Amino acid sequence: MTGKLNLDPAKVRQARDLAQRAGEPVTKLARTHTTASIERAVLRLAGLDGADADGMPWVNLLAEAVRDSVGLEHGVALPVWDALACGGYPDLKTLAGQAAAGQVKFRLPEGAEGRNAREHAARWVRKGLAVVDRQRAAREAMIAATRDPVPPWIYLIVATGDIYEDIPQAQAAAREGADVIAVIRSTGQSLLDYVPEGATREGYAGTYATRENFALMRAALDETSRELGRYVRLTNYASGLCMPEIATLAGLERLDMMLNDCMYGIIFRDINPVRTFIDQRFSRMVHARAGIVINTGEDNYLTTADAVDAAHTVVVSQLLNEYFALEAGLATWQLGLGHAFEINPAVPDSFLLELAHAQLVRELFPGAPLKYMPPTKHMTGNVFGGYLLDAFFNLAGFMTGQSILLVGMMTEGIHTPFLADRDLALENVRYVRDAAGRLGLSFTPDEFVVSRAHQVLDEAVGLLRRIGDEGLLNAIGDGTFGVTKRPADAGRGLDGVIERADGYWNPAIEMLEGTSPRASAVAGPNTEGDRS
Amino acid sequence: MSGCDGELKQVVRPYGDTTGDGRVQVSFTLPVPSVSEHDRLVAEGAALQLAGKMGLDPAFVAHVKAIGPDFTFFIVYGRVAHLVDLSLVTVASREFAMLSPAEVNLRIRSALGRKLVVVGACIGTDAHTVGIDAILNVKGHAGEKGLEYYREIRVVNLGSQVPVPALVARAAAERADAVLVSQVVTQRDAHLTNAREMAAAFRCSPEFAAGSALRRPLLVVGGPRFSPDAAAELGVDKVFGRGTTPGEVASYLAHALASEPGPPASAPEPARAEPAGTSA
Repeated sequence: MTGKLNLDPAKVRQARDLAQRAGEPVTKLARTHTTASIERAVLRLAGLDGADADGMPWVNLLAEAVRDSVGLEHGVALPVWDALACGGYPDLKTLAGQAAAGQVKFRLPEGAEGRNAREHAARWVRKGLAVVDRQRAAREAMIAATRDPVPPWIYLIVATGDIYEDIPQAQAAAREGADVIAVIRSTGQSLLDYVPEGATREGYAGTYATRENFALMRAALDETSRELGRYVRLTNYASGLCMPEIATLAGLERLDMMLNDCMYGIIFRDINPVRTFIDQRFSRMVHARAGIVINTGEDNYLTTADAVDAAHTVVVSQLLNEYFALEAGLATWQLGLGHAFEINPAVPDSFLLELAHAQLVRELFPGAPLKYMPPTKHMTGNVFGGYLLDAFFNLAGFMTGQSILLVGMMTEGIHTPFLADRDLALENVRYVRDAAGRLGLSFTPDEFVVSRAHQVLDEAVGLLRRIGDEGLLNAIGDGTFGVTKRPADAGRGLDGVIERADGYWNPAIEMLEGTSPRASAVAGPNTEGDRS
Repeated sequence: MSGCDGELKQVVRPYGDTTGDGRVQVSFTLPVPSVSEHDRLVAEGAALQLAGKMGLDPAFVAHVKAIGPDFTFFIVYGRVAHLVDLSLVTVASREFAMLSPAEVNLRIRSALGRKLVVVGACIGTDAHTVGIDAILNVKGHAGEKGLEYYREIRVVNLGSQVPVPALVARAAAERADAVLVSQVVTQRDAHLTNAREMAAAFRCSPEFAAGSALRRPLLVVGGPRFSPDAAAELGVDKVFGRGTTPGEVASYLAHALASEPGPPASAPEPARAEPAGTSA
């Protein structure tokens, strides 16, 4: 799968160097700050679950109480485990209840007491990470006992709002051929500064991401995986204000892939840029440990901007996502970089342009499990025309060796898919795969496709240079991505950003940073053939 | 009963390939199995029965396909006898035309010569920003991008639980052309009380008094429980109810604030009948 476009390796290297230059100052920010959600994620790893009578999670109440009393700039761990020891509370939940009632005095322990608090905190957090490790091993065992599907993995979405409706739909979709099930979240969950609790039966255009919902769906898909003799992966969204916590819950409950983009929340949800980058680094460290494949959201840029004019912004974002991901410890096989088939079909040679873009991305990131998104913007309500467009999308996906294929629905934009829509969509994929799955082998791009790919890469390098000169946060503030200006000092969640004090201590970060990327038998859906 | 003699096609039937042939196509799924031959015959019979009840006579099942063990998908062709009387067609009217984002931008550019400023908020104790975010965030809602996507609209989203005086002050500071307020919580009619309070605050505010430099912004409220014809009663300029899309709000703002000739008006809009549901 290499070398059809004859890309200049020096230029590719230059693009990566520029992405690193643009990203490094932001990484520094992430290393010197924490957020409310990162501190809550530590408590979640340490086993604190559940909520008070109003549904507010104990992790929020406890972290809030610590913040009110000694601040979070030293991390939540020292004051919490000191209070646990001093107050003689049997567990974190009891402490959280007392703290929420204003009954607990927190302090920053020193000397022997500090060492004691550290020791206990580390022990509890290590237990949580051991669960994450066990889940990763369980995934590997499940795959060994069943079978890893052949790429491209077929990715289907369910979203009824009710986890108990989602489950049979997901199982049916898996039986119909889906390799990956994504449960879309309820509208607006990304803006909640807490993770709802328990099994949920009501959502808006999606189902809430909760620990219990994760566990229920994973158990159901395990059952179906055994039935089918094929491991069915589960996906959700580590994004929004609770990104670090959701990533943690995903690791604890063995989700397999997570949507996790470095800039999506900033651009599309008006979440503070600094908060997003700090949260993102922690969440990616957890994903790295858990063996989770991340999916990035570059397809979104093409829904707001023109897919030809903005093609290079996709590449720029992919390179930034790659830099941030590798820096946080993810391995290349975990980088489900996103892109999409969104060129206006009325544009002459639109399919050739799509091939140029898809092939470029394939060659830029040969080891990454690329996620290819179907047309949405030019799905008009003419379901017959839409079915044809989806077939061309599938063809482009197979021809250019994409790794994760989100299945397009002919009724996109009309309603949430009917049962029959999903079945027809899978029939479309099967036809293209069986008829032309190996077409990529005999496809040689002509001059038009090659020069278009080169042009996009050149434009990406130009934009990366500008971003590096200007600073990534300034570029985002100027409206470089999407169409909206997102200044670094505005947006949601800024009040949850805290500069680390001297002596800041976070046992989870300490342990995760110490994690060397683990060699794994479970690879991503790579097209590189050689996966033993 | 033949369709259209001399009536200038006031009465029509579906057209397959011959005038008046009444041919249509439908597809649907029934929760019946069709795995075995017997099941399949039963399923096809069930599809024909449904088609008959829908008025397709004769009907012909062109395609039958099992979807898993419990469902069957059908494509059915048939002839309908129904007549469509065009004189009885009514078109829901909206006082403004639906515009595409490009058209909205163009209208604003040519009528105002600057960006249109929108300040949005959830007021009172309402913490549900889902509604205001669906309208304002780039992400948007129902396949339409939010107002932030519009190049010629500058959006200031204040988020939730904004006190009314703070909203008024911010609207003045931003020289807002329009204020969008979303209210989801309806306990003890809080949405109505809050909307009235907000309207009164803007109307009484010295910043926007007659003769002052600032014109009172257009006041728009929205939420799932509002009745769209309650604007006058609440003292606001426009009310949007359940299911409103960003494109509708943008089109309304362009209509009310950037109508082609003359200055922006927050006065009652002229009733202009436009077909509903034209593309956004």
